[in-house]
Amino acid sequence: MLVFTLRRLNLFVFTLFLLTVLSFSLSFMFPGDPLVNISGEVNPTPTRLAELAEIYSKDQGLISQYFTYIGNIFSGEFGVSMVTDLSLLDTILSLLPATIELSLVALFIAMVFGIPLGFIAAIKHRKNSDNVILSIAMVGYSLPVFWVGLMAIQLFSIELGWFPSAGQISPVYEIESRYGILIIDILLSESTYKWQAFSDATLHLILPASVVALAPATIFVRLARTAMLEVLETPYIRAAKAKGLSFAQVVYSHAIRNALIMIVRHIGLQFANLITIAMITEVIFSWPGIGRWLIESIYQRDYTAIQVGLLVLSSFIFVVHILSDFLYAALNPLARGKKYGS
Amino acid sequence: MKKTKQLFTLQRYFAGLVSAMTLLMAGCSNDEDVSLREKSIIYCSEGSPESFNPQTVTSGTTIDAIANQLYNRLITFNSEDNSIIPAIAKSWHVTRDGKKVTFYLRKDIRFHHTDYFTPTRNLNADDVLFSFNRILDPKNPYHQVVSGNFPYFQNVNFTGLVENIEKINDYTVRISLNYPDASFLAHLASTYSVILSKEYADQLSRTGDEKLIDQLPIGTGPYKFKEYRTGSLIRYYQHEHYWQKTNNATQVVFDITTNNSGRLAKLLAGECDIVAYPIAHKKIQEFPDVMLESVTALNVAYLGFNTAKPPFNDKKVRQAVAHAVNKQAIIDAVYFGRAEQAKSVLPQSSWAYDKTLTEHEYDPALARALLIDAGYPDGLTIDVWAMPVQRAYNPDALTMAKLIQSDLQQIGITVNIVSYEWVTFLRKLSRGEHQSVLLGWSADHPDPDNFFSPLLSCASAETGSNRAFWCNQAFDEILSEALSTTNPNQRKAFYRQAMAIVKDEIPLLPIAHSKRYQAKANYITGKSLDAFGGVNLSRVNKQIVGEQ
Repeated sequence: MLVFTLRRLNLFVFTLFLLTVLSFSLSFMFPGDPLVNISGEVNPTPTRLAELAEIYSKDQGLISQYFTYIGNIFSGEFGVSMVTDLSLLDTILSLLPATIELSLVALFIAMVFGIPLGFIAAIKHRKNSDNVILSIAMVGYSLPVFWVGLMAIQLFSIELGWFPSAGQISPVYEIESRYGILIIDILLSESTYKWQAFSDATLHLILPASVVALAPATIFVRLARTAMLEVLETPYIRAAKAKGLSFAQVVYSHAIRNALIMIVRHIGLQFANLITIAMITEVIFSWPGIGRWLIESIYQRDYTAIQVGLLVLSSFIFVVHILSDFLYAALNPLARGKKYGS
Repeated sequence: MKKTKQLFTLQRYFAGLVSAMTLLMAGCSNDEDVSLREKSIIYCSEGSPESFNPQTVTSGTTIDAIANQLYNRLITFNSEDNSIIPAIAKSWHVTRDGKKVTFYLRKDIRFHHTDYFTPTRNLNADDVLFSFNRILDPKNPYHQVVSGNFPYFQNVNFTGLVENIEKINDYTVRISLNYPDASFLAHLASTYSVILSKEYADQLSRTGDEKLIDQLPIGTGPYKFKEYRTGSLIRYYQHEHYWQKTNNATQVVFDITTNNSGRLAKLLAGECDIVAYPIAHKKIQEFPDVMLESVTALNVAYLGFNTAKPPFNDKKVRQAVAHAVNKQAIIDAVYFGRAEQAKSVLPQSSWAYDKTLTEHEYDPALARALLIDAGYPDGLTIDVWAMPVQRAYNPDALTMAKLIQSDLQQIGITVNIVSYEWVTFLRKLSRGEHQSVLLGWSADHPDPDNFFSPLLSCASAETGSNRAFWCNQAFDEILSEALSTTNPNQRKAFYRQAMAIVKDEIPLLPIAHSKRYQAKANYITGKSLDAFGGVNLSRVNKQIVGEQ
């Protein structure tokens, strides 16, 4: 396990290094003054410009400029947005939780629906239910997310009126932000209307989270089906059957657990995909998350925000990858021998 | 109501479920019977405010969000007939020479009580003096915090007009003018002339936070400021000691939704109670739960002729064009039938409007005859400039220009449509490089002078807002006489003469007065939209949905 951990940490540090190099070089690649691009201060006075040059070590070589940049990032100095003048660190800290909330709920929905369906398909291998589930999964995977999002708003918000069409919570509720995760903030709040706010926030969450969940769910269906089929073919299942256990007993006590371990590995891999889908969904549902903010920043050519946003988002995805790798290794001792991350 | 009700029912169901769980777990529930949604009004607006003080801005979006919600003026306009009615001043008196105006203030007006300011006294003359001296006195520290930038007051030459403002006693204020001006009261009634709290200003001065006066507002209006999240929402609470009757909403939220279709979706899904500038009017009318409100705004779209250059220095050519333009076709194609055909620069809703006024009938044969009479039997070629941007008074100047092009083709006039980027367009226009131009005007207040002086006076021909470069001494004299009297009937007579001159001379051809739209859920009763000066949410009520 130690070698495994060291290797993963090594991978982590190296990838972060590449990410920061990319992010750092962006300030030179974007049009305009690199100093303005990196600090986000659009119209600095000559005095301020001199100060900025010192903060970012502009009078020294590229290498030391890079290390100053790294130092600034680790001390939380992300600069300010070129459009709003607000601190990027504060902005990201207020937006990232909303994205995490959306993605986690979507991941949960995708697993709760996708994995059991995949197992059912495997158990009913080559029967009608298998075919139906696979077809639905195929269709679900092929639909573009922006289309699904707009259709969901049209049907469930406008025609049926079941769910709200935009935002994280109705603006009438005044919830003090403590941890950024809205559901937790609501539960901690002392508002008289706490439970109304909670139900409102839940209603706001269901539609976008389901839209984000659609594509990963279809992938989980296929992963779970393949995993289960593989497990059912293994010698220990045959041995269990030979012992005289019924098929149901075999599935419950042996197959599901082992198939699940194989799926855990893929959850991490799916996460990057999930975040991409979440970014598009955030735009459609006006979800106040980091994805929508990043896409808006691209529209407005807010270079500082693009640099920092990309860095934070990709590091976040990478951290989730590593964590899921560790989880898999913890569950499956055989995996610890693998030298490279997935 | 079905859908909104469903949303509410679903929420109740959730709330019920959750409360039941809590009851089991904690043994108590602090949920109230009436949901917060039912006690709040959500207005989905099209943009963010620039400031929270109307004195310092002119943008319509900002005025809509703040002016009527947070503040009161000395006097205001009646939303029915646009006449001037008392507000903070319970009455006023204008001397016979029109140079001194005395205001008698109400004694029971209280300022907002918020977490950043606690008033110790009611509104009095000091507050009125402070509010206007801020604009008039360059040495006032509050004049400096916005670098003396009070755009509306500068446009109407307020400092030139007002000689001084004095306190007679705690509840009486006298304003002396350098010269009589009948539109002066209209300036004071406009949304820009709000009354601020001097006590609050003094508190801010003590800590050197003068800038906050425009960011953390204190007023006497029906709502008080609670929070503003940039680009996201503005939250107001009810002003519990408001001096007038207001609605049943405990809070008002401006949900800033810049995306047009997003605003529509929010209205249809029941997340907004009222939305500003709705799109897809036909679609809205298909839904039984929502309705479209409109008000004829005080504006005019016109075709202006440059009377300083040929061929439009010839009155007959202008008349020929006036008779050749089919205004009804323009209203149908450009405004989708949702505008009023203009007979004069003044809209019908203005009190000085002359109902007996006739317009230049659409008559191509007469137009052709006039053109031959003017000495152009073989026709001629002209330029029509079409503005490149959308405005409330003219949503599509290019289409309008194309329609005029085909109308004029019939009488033998060939039209070149010209357009530049907006800033260039305005610059070239003020230099008089055009022959004719499609443009418009939106009034700041309902005084008829606000239409005539900026558009057609000799002075404005010099400063540039008179795009016809038309200067008529007789007309100018009528305008100044109309301003020097306060008798409405006399003024009406003067403006009738003015309109007759304009109709005869046609320096510009008025085309349309467009409407302003707002869409709302049909459980909202009351009218919040004014012809000018934005929205006033204290006049609307929300019926409790569950009981319908």
